[in-house]
Amino acid sequence: MDTGFIIEKFILVVVIFAISLVIAMYSTYAERKVAAFLQDRLGPDRAGPFGILQPLADGVKMFMKEEIIPTTSNRWLFIVGPGLALLCACIGTAVIPWGTPVLIAGKTVSLQVTDINVGVLYIFGVVSLGVYGVMIGGWASNNKYSLLSAIRAASQNISYEIAMGLSIIALLLMTNTLSLKEIVAQQHGLNWNVWYQPLGFLIFMVCSFAETNRAPFDLPECETELIGGYHTEYSSMKLGFYLFAEYINMFVSSAVMATLYFGGYNYPGMDWIAAHWGPTWAPLFGTAIFFGKIVFFIFFFMWVRWTIPRFRYDQLMNLGWKGLIPLAIANIIITGIVIAIIEKF
Amino acid sequence: MESLSNKKKVLEQKPLSFMERMYLPAIVKGMGITISHLFKKEATVRYPEVEREFSTNFRGMHSLKRDENGKERCTACGLCALSCPAEAITMIAAERKPEEKHLYREEKYAATYEINMLRCIFCGLCEEACPKEAIYLDGPIVPADYLRKDFIYGKDKLVEAPLEMKK
Repeated sequence: MDTGFIIEKFILVVVIFAISLVIAMYSTYAERKVAAFLQDRLGPDRAGPFGILQPLADGVKMFMKEEIIPTTSNRWLFIVGPGLALLCACIGTAVIPWGTPVLIAGKTVSLQVTDINVGVLYIFGVVSLGVYGVMIGGWASNNKYSLLSAIRAASQNISYEIAMGLSIIALLLMTNTLSLKEIVAQQHGLNWNVWYQPLGFLIFMVCSFAETNRAPFDLPECETELIGGYHTEYSSMKLGFYLFAEYINMFVSSAVMATLYFGGYNYPGMDWIAAHWGPTWAPLFGTAIFFGKIVFFIFFFMWVRWTIPRFRYDQLMNLGWKGLIPLAIANIIITGIVIAIIEKF
Repeated sequence: MESLSNKKKVLEQKPLSFMERMYLPAIVKGMGITISHLFKKEATVRYPEVEREFSTNFRGMHSLKRDENGKERCTACGLCALSCPAEAITMIAAERKPEEKHLYREEKYAATYEINMLRCIFCGLCEEACPKEAIYLDGPIVPADYLRKDFIYGKDKLVEAPLEMKK
C-alpha cells in the first residue's frame, strides 16, 4: 500500500467526518427552524443573521454546563455509553459512495472511503451496534426511567431491524450485490430502485424512523413520560453526544435511503453533464445532487416529526411485528416471483 | 337520562377500517396540513425591536403626573399604598418649604415614593384610589433586570418629565 493512497483516504475520511458533523450540527438548527416554520413561528434568530450561529452557541452551552456523574452509576460504562453512540453513528458513513471517481490534480480519486463487498451488511451491523450506546447509557445510569427506556429502545430497534432487513432482501434480489457502490452504479440516470421497490422503500423508511428513534417512534426518549429516557442522568457534553448521535444517525440513514432507493449521485441528464463539464466538475455535481437528496430526507424526517404524534408502545410493536414484517415478507415473495417470471421469458 | 341541553353527542367507537389501520392516508393528509403552514405568515412579534400595539386601557408602568404648571400632583396621602393589594407602594411624606412652591402643588408632598415592580400586579387600584389624579399606569412594559433591588422604582423613574423637557 503506497503512502499516496493512505493520504488520499485519510483526507477523504477527515472530510466526510467533518461534513457529517457539520450537517448534524446544522440539523439541530434546521430542526428548530423547521419546527418553527411548521408552527407559524420564527425559530432561533438571535445568534448571527437568521440565527445561523445557534449551533455554535448550543455547543458552547453544552461544554459550559456542569458535568454530573451520579455516584451510584457505573462510572466507566456511564462514560462509554455516549461515546459508543456517537462512534457507531459516525462510522456508518465509511461505505457510502458519495460520488463517481473525480479527477483532482491529474489523479482519479474515488469518493468512497472503502468499497467492501458487503456494504449493506456493514451498515446494518453498525446500526445494530448503535443500540448498545443507548443500552449501556441507560443501564449505567442506575435510574429506573433510564433503564426502562433503554429496554424500550432495545426492543424497538431489534423489532424494526428485522423488518428493515427483510425489506432490503427484496432489493438485493434485484441488484444481486451487497456492495453499495454497485447498487448505486446500477441506478444510472433515473433508473432508481424506488420505482421497482416502492413498498420496500416504504418499509425501509418507516423502519429507519424507528432505528433513529425519531418521531413517531421516539419512545426511547419521550420527554413527558420518561423525562428524556435513557439520557435522563446525562448532562453537559455527554448529553450533547447522545443528541448529536441521533442527528448523525439521521444523516446516515438519509444517505443510505438515498443510496439504496433514490439513486445516490445519479440524476436524469447525468450523461450530458459528464460529457460537457469534464471529469472534475461532473462527479462533484453528482455529489451535490446526492447531498440535495440527503437534505431532502433530513427535512422529511423533521416534517414527519412535527406532524405525527407518538405511537403507543403496543401500537409500535403491533405495527412492527404484525404489519411491517408480514408486508416485507410478502414483498420478497412478490419480487421473487416477478424476477423468476422475467428470467423465464 | 334525556339530555336537557341537546348538546350531548353520542360517540361510537367503531373498530378502525383497513384504510385507517394503514395509517398512511391519515399521515399524508396530516403532512399536507403541516406543509401548508410552512408558507403561512408567522404570528411572532419580534419583541424588543417590534412592539405590539396595546389596547387603550393597557396597564403598564406607573407614572407620577404633574399639573399644567409642571408641579407634582402627589400629596403623599397614602391612599394608593392603602389600596394596593400587593403592598408594593411605600412613600415618605414631607412638608413643602416656601421656596419649593413651583415644584409641588400642595403643602405636602412625597419625599420618597417607591413601587416594587416585582410585587406590583398592575391591577390599577392605585390609579382608582388617587384623589389627585397623580398616578396612572400608562407606561410601557416594565423592563427586565438582573437584581431584585433594581426593581424598586423611586421617584427618579416614576415622576413624569417636566413640561419643558417634554417638548
